[in-house]
Amino acid sequence: MAGTSDLDVAYVARLARINLTEDEAETFQKQLDDVLKYVEKLRQVDVTGVDAAAHGLPVFNVFRADAPRDWFTAEQALSNAPRQANGLFVVPKVVE
Amino acid sequence: MIGNELTAVSIADLQSLLRRREISSREVIDALRERIEAVDGNIGAYLSLDIEAATKEAEHANVDLPLGGIPIAIKDIISAMGQPCTCASKILNGYRAPYDATVIKKLRAAGAIPFGKTNLDEFAMGSSTENSALKSTRNPWDLSRVPGGSSGGSAAAVAADEAFGALGSDTGGSIRQPAALCGVVGLKPTYGRVSRFGLVAFASSLDQIGPVTKTVRDAALIMNAIAGHDQQDSTSLDEPVPDYVASLGNDLRGVRLGVPKEYMIEGIDPQVRAAIDAAVKQLNSLGAEIAEVSLPSTEYAVAVYYIIATAEASANLARFDGVRYGYRAENPKDVLDLYGCTREEGFGPEVKRRIILGTYVLSSGYYDAYYLRAQKVRELIRRDFSSVFEKVDALISPTSPVAAFKLGERVADPLQMYLADIFTIAANLAGIGGISVPCGFAELDGHRLPVGLQLLGKPLDEARILQIAHAYEQSTDWHKSRPPIAASDQKT
Repeated sequence: MAGTSDLDVAYVARLARINLTEDEAETFQKQLDDVLKYVEKLRQVDVTGVDAAAHGLPVFNVFRADAPRDWFTAEQALSNAPRQANGLFVVPKVVE
Repeated sequence: MIGNELTAVSIADLQSLLRRREISSREVIDALRERIEAVDGNIGAYLSLDIEAATKEAEHANVDLPLGGIPIAIKDIISAMGQPCTCASKILNGYRAPYDATVIKKLRAAGAIPFGKTNLDEFAMGSSTENSALKSTRNPWDLSRVPGGSSGGSAAAVAADEAFGALGSDTGGSIRQPAALCGVVGLKPTYGRVSRFGLVAFASSLDQIGPVTKTVRDAALIMNAIAGHDQQDSTSLDEPVPDYVASLGNDLRGVRLGVPKEYMIEGIDPQVRAAIDAAVKQLNSLGAEIAEVSLPSTEYAVAVYYIIATAEASANLARFDGVRYGYRAENPKDVLDLYGCTREEGFGPEVKRRIILGTYVLSSGYYDAYYLRAQKVRELIRRDFSSVFEKVDALISPTSPVAAFKLGERVADPLQMYLADIFTIAANLAGIGGISVPCGFAELDGHRLPVGLQLLGKPLDEARILQIAHAYEQSTDWHKSRPPIAASDQKT
């Protein structure tokens, strides 16, 4: 489905693991084309020599002691699982 | 004091009543429950309430602690152990948080009682709370209008006297904008000032938890409890926490305030503009010096935000796949179909749109043009603030260009909705703190709708913006106005 931008919503939705309906893909295509048109304005900015900011405040290399501490038990970690068995999460078969 | 009057008091006044033993914490919970039953059918601020748990905590409340016995409502994107944490999404249907967020632990350590989870735009993505998949929240000042968002439930609850104070989260204005639209105080702290551990992540480099309250003093009281370093959030700052209440009451002589000329644009509602102009004069008459300043990269902030925030969201929300928690689609063909169906059925339209946009701007071939360029422009926005803060102590602007808009008015046009955050977004990109404080009303269709004044401060200078906001608030009566809410027939 061709929009006014390079974005192909149906293709990107597959990359993002969302099974969009055709109607949704069509609506989103138009809406996101508008958003991408709006963000075009960033092309006007001269960013030569500017470092990319990952955060507003520069904090790097945060370490703490590599020591074990109490955290979830297996039961707690599984307490919200939609399906579980033998202390494991259950998913559809992946390998034949 | 009867229930309705009791729930209208500030946290500071409630604290005095509790400490003088004029009322018990148990009676406070009862009064709040009655108020919620009376009005929340119309307002729709709460998604869940655990009255039994709160009552139990109230019975053991130590009222001599800083927030002893005081109930605080929690935006339903912050984890409280054993309680639902829906993020207003179907995808977290049935989920119960297995641990407490650091802010919840800190509130409890200060004696507060986390009480009630409030509505929001799904995963905090929105500016009107209309993106909640679970409930619609209405503005207490006019039930046909939005409360703002994404912390719309928290702001509406405080405005409607259904909460003494609340926690929200702010990624692009989600505390300040609903506070402005509901006529209450909302503070977004400096990035890293408050731990994000236990806050469900939307955009990790922008998200920050903060208070929504009736008065500036109350916001300072909550900040005293929740601010500080946390080993479980590597982005939290290991910097000393001042007493935010101590500097309240200092006068404004010598304080330098900047009005960014790029924020006084066409498109600001004339009534909003008049209220801000009057507030600037008022601050000047209180002794503050006012100067015009320039933040030249302002016009790029919304565009930068919708690239960075969606990119981070697309990564953060990858965890919702129907395997470990929450909703899971029935009868998938295989594991990929399980992910695809779960996410299609579990996420609402705005969340899907943002994940798709975020995936796209990070994808090979587009990363440099969108994401990397946005990160560089973000640095320019940060530099704008650094250089104006050499000349002034804080910046003043409207919080939102318009008062509360009608429910449904902007839903079909995401870009229009995004532009609602035009004055709040830059603070998140630069990592600085900001507060919204009531500064007047706009009159629309016979309703008085609150207008918010935004103050932005230097990094970690929350004490200063609280001081300025407090001095302004105490010289006006805006914060004393309460919305005209009739009790609803429908019980929640």
